[in-house]
Amino acid sequence: MPMTIESSRPASTPDGTPVEELVVNIGPSHPSTHGVGRVIVHLDGDIVVRAEPVIGYLHRGIEKMAESRTYLQVVPLTDRLDYVGSMYANWSYCRAVERLAGIRVPERAEYLRVIVCELQRIASHMMGIGASAADTGASTFFIYAFDHRERIVELFEELCGARLTYNYVRPGGVSYDAPEGWFDRVTAFTQAFRYGFDELDQLYFGNAIARGRLKGVGVLTPEDAVAWGASGPTARASGVNWDLRKHDPYSVYPRMDFDVVVGERGDAYDRGRCRLFECLESCRIIDQAVAQISGGPVRTEGLRRLIAPKPGEAYDHIESARGSLGIYLVSDGTPKPYRMHVRSPAFCNLALLPMLAEGHTLSDLIVVLGSLDPVFGEVDR
Amino acid sequence: MTHDEMTALLERIAAHNPVLFPLFSLEFGDAVVGVERGELLATCRDLFDAGFDRLGMVTAVDRGEVFVLVYRLHSRSLSAAIFVKTQVPRHDPWVDTVVDVWPAALWQEREVFDLFGVEFQGHPDLRRILLPEDFVGHPLRKDYDDPRMIRRPDYI
Repeated sequence: MPMTIESSRPASTPDGTPVEELVVNIGPSHPSTHGVGRVIVHLDGDIVVRAEPVIGYLHRGIEKMAESRTYLQVVPLTDRLDYVGSMYANWSYCRAVERLAGIRVPERAEYLRVIVCELQRIASHMMGIGASAADTGASTFFIYAFDHRERIVELFEELCGARLTYNYVRPGGVSYDAPEGWFDRVTAFTQAFRYGFDELDQLYFGNAIARGRLKGVGVLTPEDAVAWGASGPTARASGVNWDLRKHDPYSVYPRMDFDVVVGERGDAYDRGRCRLFECLESCRIIDQAVAQISGGPVRTEGLRRLIAPKPGEAYDHIESARGSLGIYLVSDGTPKPYRMHVRSPAFCNLALLPMLAEGHTLSDLIVVLGSLDPVFGEVDR
Repeated sequence: MTHDEMTALLERIAAHNPVLFPLFSLEFGDAVVGVERGELLATCRDLFDAGFDRLGMVTAVDRGEVFVLVYRLHSRSLSAAIFVKTQVPRHDPWVDTVVDVWPAALWQEREVFDLFGVEFQGHPDLRRILLPEDFVGHPLRKDYDDPRMIRRPDYI
């Protein structure tokens, strides 16, 4: 963790004792914030007085770029938003386009989307918890979690040829059908994941050191979670039972039997453990989807290459690994979007950091940042 | 929440807030309410009291003479979502902040200020958020022109 001392200015305690408040720049710590996550921390001794995230280092103007591309050309841009969970932005964007242009999606494509997005959720959570575990020094857990992620990335590579930016979900369906035997390998993965799940849970969340580092750190009350617009596991760990898959169902999720994982205390421990147990629910969904999927096309027949929806606007959101990821699209009747806005969950969740980190020690700040699981591609857009 | 329940709720709010004009549509599955910018804060407070406890999104659309500000509210207890829209003239873009109602607006309004140049009056910390402090211009305005910007040819 590179730290540079920027300045120090004198202050005094209420009884007049002079103390020095130290301003520290915290560099990249969470691997999904590599190179671009910066927090200016005001320290009183070891205690965080004020923490201010400075964002925008990865701002690429994707919303502006979308205005000069056709609706189909925007799909690869959405890959670059949440680069550890590309499928979600793909899907959310495609749903907005489909809503705007009135495109129907074949059922097989909906099942494939559900399968890849639930696999993506496991992959993204493995990255999220693994990385925050590595922040606290638990490197073994990171390697174990990354091993699971690797299996999923291999499945994706087989499906669409890419390991990071998949560009798999397209308006009107998905780009390719699953190759021969792919569903068997998906089932083999979920079985292996279940087999190793308890070990994974005990390895980190059963560890006395991890418990000591995580419990009671960065407590988010349910009221604050709702008021600050937090979503996903960040909000659910505080006891806010809100999951778009259940409470605003889309695609074929109404046919799936699964539970929403809800925490109690809203601290870093619950946020991490919520993510881990969500992976188990994702396995349940994947198994049901694999059992239910039937034949048929995976893309809408006769969909023109050039989509030009009638003037209007549409908003659609899905439950991504980080929360509700929404795309707001405005069409003026031409083949290019007039305006695209990404409602990114990581952006809204990261806004909680100053509140959650205040009063904790500097090393707890790293834990809090990791437990919010921000991805800066999505924060900065 | 059904269409009728939503209509009843909005009529109840409009009864003591006459400026709320019933721009009520369900074209893409969400109710849309339009207000004058002076009445935005009051309407938002009314909607908050009616159960819309969550602000999902704040953004703006450049419509030439005006900027249309879009707020998406959500209620878990009513299981309903609603769009509130207001418009501000391009030559005088300001609107009241809704940070007092939903703290979620804190960063999102800063983003709209950064990219569109809309002033949010009463915002506690209105600074650029995504772009550098010394950046000139507001890139999401349609008339923003930067020679460094790479444009795709109009080949379609």
